[in-house]
Amino acid sequence: MKLLLGVGGRTESARALERTLSRTRETGDDLTVAVFDDGDAASLDELEARVRDALVSRGVDGEVRRVEHDAGSGIVELAEREGFDRIVLGGGERSPMGKVQVGAVAQYVVVNAPVTVTLVR
Amino acid sequence: MSDGEREFPDEPAGPFPTPPREAVDDERRTIRYRAVGTDLGRETAGSTLVDMYRAFDPADRAQGIPPSTEPAIADWLDAILTDDARNVVAFADATDAAVGHATLVPDGEVYELAIFVLQAYQGAGVGTELLRTALGHGAATGVDRVWLTVERWNGPAVALYRKTGFETDEAGSFELEMCLRLAPSQTESTG
Repeated sequence: MKLLLGVGGRTESARALERTLSRTRETGDDLTVAVFDDGDAASLDELEARVRDALVSRGVDGEVRRVEHDAGSGIVELAEREGFDRIVLGGGERSPMGKVQVGAVAQYVVVNAPVTVTLVR
Repeated sequence: MSDGEREFPDEPAGPFPTPPREAVDDERRTIRYRAVGTDLGRETAGSTLVDMYRAFDPADRAQGIPPSTEPAIADWLDAILTDDARNVVAFADATDAAVGHATLVPDGEVYELAIFVLQAYQGAGVGTELLRTALGHGAATGVDRVWLTVERWNGPAVALYRKTGFETDEAGSFELEMCLRLAPSQTESTG
């Protein structure tokens, strides 16, 4: 399966990355990681470096791409253009109360993506 | 999200009544409202609320809370029945069982609010009184800004929050985010 994982700077993305790498080691999916700025990343450079480190340390082959502007539509466009089978994203963070809050990028992708979207919690 | 991103109304809402108090609901049931820590011990509150949330209708769950199983309910309550949070529990006078719970959980300098009412006590004014009493308790104990999220389709809840003084502060997401300002000097002296 051709998998597109979106990774921003929030904790939920770190969790999604961790889980997807574990899974990809088992399934052998064809993985591409799209890094995007959700306002919480120091910079795309740093985010990209972090993702590359994680790929190397987990021994997973994967391409790393950048989504420069509007992250939600950028990810959907990339998935459409290059024929990805599935998009994977962080599935929300918890408020102090414990309520799950799904971020704007995930909301946009769930509504607008032409393929199955997995939100990792 | 940090509180710097939220817009709170300039004008405070209220005045709101403070616990302990009682009120008769629209079905003539007497409901008593007690603050955890002052009117009600923390441990008693914890065990009575576990019972209430075990009976909670899954359809009334919001954004993943309350959790559905007992260990998770107890863990969640441990996290919100803390010294720095404000909790008010509604008791049915007839059975002395908890039928509603409102909580204000610290989020930096501001507080996040959630309120839950057992299905049999919904639509009878209990939620309104519980919310008002929790805000009164907050105002009397130093809480000056409160926010919450609510699912857009939850019309009755959105209407209740609007009526109480919450204003919508953000558009374009699954949930509505609403904010309210409290003035400590304006709490009602009696319930």
